[in-house]
Amino acid sequence: MSLTTFIKVSVVKTVIALFVLLTAVAYSVWLERKVVGHIQNRWGPTRVGPFGLLQPLADGAKFLFKEDLIPPHVYKPLYIAAPMLAVIFALTSISVIPIGNSVTIGNIQTPLQISDVNIGLLIVLGITSLGVYGVALAGWSSNSKYSLLGGLRASAQMVSYEISLGLSLVGVLILTGSFSLRAIVDAQAGTFLGFIPRWNIFQGQLVAFFIYLTAAYAETNRVPFDLPEAETELVAGYHTEYSAMKFAMFFMAEYANMITVACLASLLFLGGWHGPVFGPAWLQALLPVFWFGLRVLVFLFIYIWVRGTLPRFRYDQLMAFGWKFLLPLAIANLVVTALIVAMRS
Amino acid sequence: MLHLTLFLIFGAICVAGAVNLLVQRHPINAALSLVAVMASLAVEYLLLGAEFVAAVQVIVYAGAIMVLFVFVIMLLNAGEEARTGGSRVAILFGIPGMLAGSLLGAWVLITHSGTQEVPAGALPGPPREIANLLFHDFLLPFEVTSVLVLIAIMGAVVLAARPESVEQQKREG
Repeated sequence: MSLTTFIKVSVVKTVIALFVLLTAVAYSVWLERKVVGHIQNRWGPTRVGPFGLLQPLADGAKFLFKEDLIPPHVYKPLYIAAPMLAVIFALTSISVIPIGNSVTIGNIQTPLQISDVNIGLLIVLGITSLGVYGVALAGWSSNSKYSLLGGLRASAQMVSYEISLGLSLVGVLILTGSFSLRAIVDAQAGTFLGFIPRWNIFQGQLVAFFIYLTAAYAETNRVPFDLPEAETELVAGYHTEYSAMKFAMFFMAEYANMITVACLASLLFLGGWHGPVFGPAWLQALLPVFWFGLRVLVFLFIYIWVRGTLPRFRYDQLMAFGWKFLLPLAIANLVVTALIVAMRS
Repeated sequence: MLHLTLFLIFGAICVAGAVNLLVQRHPINAALSLVAVMASLAVEYLLLGAEFVAAVQVIVYAGAIMVLFVFVIMLLNAGEEARTGGSRVAILFGIPGMLAGSLLGAWVLITHSGTQEVPAGALPGPPREIANLLFHDFLLPFEVTSVLVLIAIMGAVVLAARPESVEQQKREG
């Protein structure tokens, strides 16, 4: 592939991926409001469009037309940069995530991901580890006590749970022997005994999956670990002083991070895009993407379900749980997996 | 050609970040310039072919250690430093002297230490190679380093422990 074709293909893929991701972000907000509404015996959004489906558009328009307040007491450069950083890191991490096999259009064959790199998982982890700057700097630069407490909580929490999150993934890496997300998915093809799929959670990584699930909730600042924006204590935490589109950017970053986490869970533990494939050629090409999307949707649904049912942790409980329970469990899982793999070979 | 251009651009960003780190008066701006330095160093590693080292550089330095720096600055709410004004002599002779010294050092290193130019993509990159080096060829130094880190962690725990709880432990056993 020549350089110009490469650039053209990459630009097209980036535009499509961004469009899909931002639409998914908008509609996961809708899904959340709808599902939490039904959990709490209300209807959720119903007025704008059928089933409230146009609500995200209405919200977006509202955010755009609101007055963009900059309080006089903030440290301006970082106050403005913080939401941008949050959104940039949240959107960048999608760039190495594959959503299906490769496709051939005309004479160009290209994988269904923006860039197929052999250390894909490390890149996602690296970019998400930078995401904490957006939240921390927003809290600090707002120059208000609630924001600062929210920012401090967020950075302590995200650094703590990142370790458990990383360690829970190492088991999968040992089983596969590669950092490439595509190779990890390929290793999960096929079935045991003809009907149990060879997903990593059925290959002894069930504990790791639950560690990942828990740590991921803490990483994305979601209930029951949403201490950085605990509204009963901190007004709105790190984004107390933000309004209009800047506030919306934090919102977008949070939901984009949720989607990235859901994608990683599907790729690493739930078999990626593997599933029954049948029918004519065009259906065979689309079904893997559909199966992948279904897994992501289920993962997002569990996220919302948890939000609708669990109360918030206290801060000391959060830290004790992360360091005294989750981390030892992740290390134990790693040691057991390593022993089993070593004995097998 | 593309590699070289990108390498030079990110090298310039790296140096600019380092200079900015020294010039900035507010600790948080200085810390963020250091993040920029770390990130552009990671890109340099990536361009040289050491992809694993690049990823680890971002995860460990930019993503964990610098977050702790920023955290501490936020926690202490450190304000802007006051300029001392310094001495004219230090500014007049210090900066040219330092520039000349570092140029001389670089020239000596390049010409007399027997190092060779590393073409783009020549460093050991794949995680497998790094693992072979760490856990096979250099196993002993690697393990000794890990013990050293463990000692540092234990030291930090001892220093951070509240005095009364240490006394309590002494009384109990």
